[in-house]
Amino acid sequence: MTIDITPELFASVPDAHGRFGPFGGKFVAETLMSALSDLEALYARLKDDAAFQREFDADLAHYVGRPSPLYEASRLSDAIGGGRIYLKREDLNHTGAHKVNNTIGQALLAKHMGKRRVIAETGAGQHGVATATVAARLGLECHVFMGEEDIRRQSLNVYRMKLLGAEVVPVTSGSRTLKDAMNEALRDWVTNVDDTFYIIGTVAGPHPYPMLVRDFQSVIGREARVQSLAQAGKLPAGLVACVGGGSNAIGLFHPFLQDAEVAMYGVEAGGKGLETGAHAAPLSMGSPGVLHGNRTYLMQDDDGQILDTHSVSAGLDYPGVGPEHAWLKDIGRVNYVAANDDEALAAFHRLTRVEGIMPALETAHAMAYAERLAADMSPDEHIIVNLSGRGDKDILTVAAIEGIEV
Amino acid sequence: MSRLNATFARLRSEGRQGLVSYVVAGDPSPSGTVELLHQLVVAGADVLEVGVPFSDPMAEGAVIQKGHERALANGMSLQGVLDIVAAFRQADQHTPIIMMGYANPIERFGYEAFAAAGAEAGVDGLITVDLPPEEVDAIDAALKAVELDNIFLISPTTPASRIQTIVERARGFIYCVAVKGVTGSGQLDAAEVARNVALIRSKTALPVAVGFGIKDADSARAVAAVADAVVVGSALIDAMVRIAEQEPMASEDQRHAAAAALLKSIREGMDSSPS
Repeated sequence: MTIDITPELFASVPDAHGRFGPFGGKFVAETLMSALSDLEALYARLKDDAAFQREFDADLAHYVGRPSPLYEASRLSDAIGGGRIYLKREDLNHTGAHKVNNTIGQALLAKHMGKRRVIAETGAGQHGVATATVAARLGLECHVFMGEEDIRRQSLNVYRMKLLGAEVVPVTSGSRTLKDAMNEALRDWVTNVDDTFYIIGTVAGPHPYPMLVRDFQSVIGREARVQSLAQAGKLPAGLVACVGGGSNAIGLFHPFLQDAEVAMYGVEAGGKGLETGAHAAPLSMGSPGVLHGNRTYLMQDDDGQILDTHSVSAGLDYPGVGPEHAWLKDIGRVNYVAANDDEALAAFHRLTRVEGIMPALETAHAMAYAERLAADMSPDEHIIVNLSGRGDKDILTVAAIEGIEV
Repeated sequence: MSRLNATFARLRSEGRQGLVSYVVAGDPSPSGTVELLHQLVVAGADVLEVGVPFSDPMAEGAVIQKGHERALANGMSLQGVLDIVAAFRQADQHTPIIMMGYANPIERFGYEAFAAAGAEAGVDGLITVDLPPEEVDAIDAALKAVELDNIFLISPTTPASRIQTIVERARGFIYCVAVKGVTGSGQLDAAEVARNVALIRSKTALPVAVGFGIKDADSARAVAAVADAVVVGSALIDAMVRIAEQEPMASEDQRHAAAAALLKSIREGMDSSPS
């Protein structure tokens, strides 16, 4: 696709129908249309409202602990011997991941709408924990839908959510992972739409979610841009982030989209290898279709049924991706690549041992690709990796893979 | 006149309310679905709704979700559903058939290819749960070209202004969702249904069918008092599942008979309503 990449282009999406080129939209049952319109109207009013922005910024500063540092990983960069690797430390946020930026924002919207109950879907549990956290803080009833398979492999986060007062609802349909949790959350929302706010955790779902989650997460890129100029004296040559639904990636990328000299790499979960079919890489291997309220790239079979995915990381184990990523792929602004389970595990260990930073397994996919990228760059260039979450939640998974009893 | 229009005209002239049955194509088995549909007609179905199984049926409650899962495990595909409709038409040229499903399998098949194949097979209309009016232009054009009716849902949360937009696009009949919730859920509030149906009727002359949450003769009778037709789905599937649970040796014919018996009792309940 040839498209003139102008600054205006990126500000033009989504359009009034919530579309990013051919992607996005509002593909939901009629019962939800009115709730989506209400949310859209509220957000249109609040997003440029100074008082709302002040409230959001104050929460990010005093509750989340922003700005998060931009850290030069010197020993890792030296060991690789190419470009310098900087880490945007979202793992240092309250609750340990970027997810809380968005739940703070959506919880403020829920409060403005007078909803007493929030629901969320979660894969790795980070979004569930971030939702349970803001619900506890605002005194809202909280239900988190989580696939049975994910409950098993992310038991620490399940317990954290329970401690925070949330009810974790096991989802036993389909593949029992993130996509099924999202189906179940949508079903709950249809049933309880009057008093319930659905806090979607990623830049997918029906309009206006991909837009508002992007806006809330863009604080990552805005800070990183300023920090890069201050600390490295220039913009980065490249940005790297893992992509499941794609919220941490869009948060880092979006404020740089107009900077043509900044290359961008979204790293999907290659699972056991793209050639095996056992992966979660819809942008690399999928085709456009409709799921969970939006048109986007999906992993699907010839009959339009959604395929089961595989990734060592529960947070990337999703057959779709945010519609803005689908569009950024098609216009050629962002490169979408993959790192497989083994590469991610190796990167997990390397960052832990060389820098003393234990990344989430999701984030380790971005690290694996960043190492490859930096190796081919010169030392006067630098890249920024979104260190989207910390890895404490994954130590039981890593131990199990390595046959270690904890 | 289309089969749907003819059916609603006949019902109106007889002073009766229509009964719409929903089952998932391929559940309990692909080879048995045609026979099941014929039995539902014998038991009193005026319109047949045939579910197109999807891996992620977001608007369905547990009973119909499991039906979709069983159908997919049985190898059912969109082409398979079209083949079932074509086979049913060999012996029944009159009973309207509506396909109900989700956008992705149809989009994958191709909107125009689907419309052509649907018309050829003898399909009369389509409900695509996740294609609200905002997203419907492309498929609507394809369906119109072959005179298939695109049937829209109106829910208890649809504001009056939006009802106007929907009825202007709708053909065949209006599907009024009785409860906020997924299929098979919730307690029906007959007074609320009556208000919603009245609101819809103030904006269109199209027949109004009410579905979601109608489980038995009593709830069907309450709805039939205000609507042109009543839709029953989860309860039929549940009847087939329950007999298989109670009698593990139950034949497929017995399972079909359980659904047909329930539908017949609902039909009788509706006909005993003071209308």
